[in-house]
Amino acid sequence: MPSYVITEKCDGCKGQDKTACMYICPNDLMMLDKDGSLIGKEMKAFNQEPDYCWECYCCVKICPQQAMDVRGYADFMPLGAASTPLRGSQDIMWTITFRDGRIKRFKYPIRTTPEGSIKPFEEFPEANPDDLDNQLLFSEPQMLGVDELPKLQ
Amino acid sequence: MKEFTTEVINTDVLIIGGGMAGCGAVVEAAYWAKPLGLTVTWVDKAAVDRSGPVAMGLSAINTYMGLDGKVSQNPRKPDRYTEYVTNDQCGLARQDLVFDIGRHVDSSVKLFDKWGLPLWKDENGNYVKSGEWQVMISGESYKIIVAEAAKAALAELGDKGQLLERVYITHLLKDENEENRVCGAVGFSVREDKFYVFKANAIVALMGGAVHVFRPRSQGEGFGRSWMPPWLGGSTYALVLQAGGELTQMDVTFVPPRFKDSYGPVGTFFLLFKTPATNAYDEPYVGVYDELKQWAPYADAKPTPTPLRNYEMILAIKEGKDPFWMHTERVAERIKQEITDPKAQKKELKRYESEAWEDFLDMTIAGATNWAAHNVDPLEKPMELALGDPVFIGSHAASCGAWVCGAEDLMPKEYADAFPEQYNLMTTVKALFTAGCGVGACAHKFSSGSHVQGRIAAKSAVKYARDHKDFTPTVSDETINKLKEEVLRPVKLFEENKDYTTSPDVNPRYISPHNFLFRLQKIMGEYVGGWETTFGTSDKMLETALWKLGFCGEDIEKIAADVSVNNHELMRAWEAIHRYYVAEACTRTRLARKESRWPGYYFKHDYLKLDENERKFINVKYDAEKKEWTVFDRPMIPIITSPTGVTSNQEAAGVG
Ligand SMILES: Cc1cc2nc3c(=O)[nH]c(=O)nc-3n(C[C@H](O)[C@H](O)[C@H](O)COP(=O)(O)OP(=O)(O)OC[C@H]3O[C@@H](n4cnc5c(N)ncnc54)[C@H](O)[C@@H]3O)c2cc1C
Ligand code: SF4
Ligand code: SF4
Repeated sequence: MPSYVITEKCDGCKGQDKTACMYICPNDLMMLDKDGSLIGKEMKAFNQEPDYCWECYCCVKICPQQAMDVRGYADFMPLGAASTPLRGSQDIMWTITFRDGRIKRFKYPIRTTPEGSIKPFEEFPEANPDDLDNQLLFSEPQMLGVDELPKLQ
Repeated sequence: MKEFTTEVINTDVLIIGGGMAGCGAVVEAAYWAKPLGLTVTWVDKAAVDRSGPVAMGLSAINTYMGLDGKVSQNPRKPDRYTEYVTNDQCGLARQDLVFDIGRHVDSSVKLFDKWGLPLWKDENGNYVKSGEWQVMISGESYKIIVAEAAKAALAELGDKGQLLERVYITHLLKDENEENRVCGAVGFSVREDKFYVFKANAIVALMGGAVHVFRPRSQGEGFGRSWMPPWLGGSTYALVLQAGGELTQMDVTFVPPRFKDSYGPVGTFFLLFKTPATNAYDEPYVGVYDELKQWAPYADAKPTPTPLRNYEMILAIKEGKDPFWMHTERVAERIKQEITDPKAQKKELKRYESEAWEDFLDMTIAGATNWAAHNVDPLEKPMELALGDPVFIGSHAASCGAWVCGAEDLMPKEYADAFPEQYNLMTTVKALFTAGCGVGACAHKFSSGSHVQGRIAAKSAVKYARDHKDFTPTVSDETINKLKEEVLRPVKLFEENKDYTTSPDVNPRYISPHNFLFRLQKIMGEYVGGWETTFGTSDKMLETALWKLGFCGEDIEKIAADVSVNNHELMRAWEAIHRYYVAEACTRTRLARKESRWPGYYFKHDYLKLDENERKFINVKYDAEKKEWTVFDRPMIPIITSPTGVTSNQEAAGVG
């Protein structure tokens, strides 16, 4: 609604000080009801402002318990359909459920290198402060694939 | 009232915003800052792994040249790119800024490839280009990857580099010793009860564009379903304005033509799959209206400029010929006709199906759900197209934002006077830099161009910090205390008045951020050219809007925030305030423009024509102390030749 938490599956990220869904939501929508005082469901997460949700699925993809999903916006989506992701380290699997029950599955790559492996400056010389005065950015011209920065014709 | 502690952070370079431009800026800043021993502080209101519009992912990188020729088709040079962008914007672009993106952008895309972003490659290992500028990606994790690179770069600085997430920036600090210079920023944490003061030498403001200034088409719980993510609140524009900086093209909002309601992307369907689109009577709506000739020479440019293609949809709507349909099923029919071998045909259909769904699932998942919810299989049935709601964006097929200094080897000398010091991508305020959605009159940067422009801005900011290394920020405690009081004003207002009524939402002494936003959106939508009037406005409508916006300006001080559970609503309060400044800037600029140059973005009933005497930038400034707005124009000075009348001005560019 749009994003929602399935009561039974959410474990409140085991009481860590930040839950995965709270950590990731770009719009700061997810909250944890630690003691049941907010929604009457102790140690369960919830979307505090559903009408500001972009249905971006960042929370759904990150939830370790697969406790989150999205129900299409009520103002234009007929009920009964779902797009359900399962995100691994290299691929994402999608299950699409149609309102009439048809199901489609797709799998797409998401990354070609291991998570956490990026070393941005490896292979490039250390910066020379004098080069601050020229137009070349770090990694250039090498990463441009040409010998020099293109000039105005 | 809950106590907010004050934390002061001193840094050489402050980077605000961790979207595409922010992630580019941090990599570049860290590289140059390291040998100089400078400190870099990076702040975002969200988690940079998933922030900005790329949070959900993207299915294509829209700006890539292919300078090395290793593309499946259409290798291009920056000159052609600059010409294309100028034509698409109906003749108005800062060509020096656009060219600068064109000559650098490939290096960012190749870094993405190296870092692990899956770029589609053809049988020769070349990037798959659809159309002239777009390369295809499997980009679900695009943002995570560029953020990882930025965090790794920052880590190279050891304790001289730090990232603070969930800190919302409300104001920039002006130096009290040196005129027209920024020296920091303030904001608050959304997670802890903390007020932050950053004191800095150089600042790169990269907080993206603005949505929800105009009313979104979706309502109720669908309120967040604008094309642009609801978390973009116009902070870049508001902060530059409040610091006394100059903005340009704040009238030029982008109106996205997209799959209706869900806003699934159309680029790949048009460019890669060559999908036909029709009006309700199965007729083409593109290229059929003689009225468009009034927008020559731009109407003759190939491809037709985006705002003119939008206008064709508006003309069709006026004839009662909407809704429009994207005939995805006809691509399947074409495949069936072209490939008769059953096995090969099945394979090709599977590929098309998978790529069509991926286009949505990588970046607009609601689009996929919308197909499924309507029982539409794109191989069998068409889906609706429509124009969305107007948004403020510096990096897409429209470009509003700051008026900035260009590269010294590209900027026409006529522009130089506007800038107190000459640094690439510095605004008209000293030490304040921006990029991406923050830079105006420089359309078609998109994700890659924003990343690379963030890098250019950051290199420039580090250079600024090096050149001004003896600078010490001067801000009095009195100023800081006053700002803290102002930032927390919504909290105090709520606390002091909430018990006056029995319902916290309805109270005559304050207004909630949500309700303030509704009022703003109603004014903008009904008078300033929202979807409610099919994007039409007029001088009289705009004057009425300004009268009503004036009350909004006063009522900013009446916005209250309930922070008893968390600081979330205080963020909403400041987003609403920032949006108000964007609304004013837009309305004033629209009033000043006496023509309809981009009629599919907005048009004026009383000036429904293109007027080449008006081919100039309209800029806007705000004096925060006097609360005064100034609107004025700047000339368009081309630096490249174009078949559609853009004349060469090489000498002015200083490149001979
Ligand atoms: C819906 C949509 C679809 C797009 N599709 C494509 C595409 O298919 N291909 C392509 O190449 N490009 C695409 N683009 C363009 C691309 O996403 C943008 O060009 C790019 O994201 C702009 O980068 P930016 O850093 O300027 O802003 P953003 O990426 O928007 O980053 C802004 C950052 O600032 C932070 N922030 C905002 N306000 C504050 C504040 N007050 N305090 C602290 N932090 C703040 C935000 O959390 C965010 O991290 C699309 C854009 C949109 C909106
Ligand atoms: S991430 Fe999942 S398990 Fe953790 S709090 Fe959120 S919904 Fe519950
Ligand atoms: S779908 Fe996106 S916007 Fe909605 S709660 Fe989840 S992370 Fe936040």
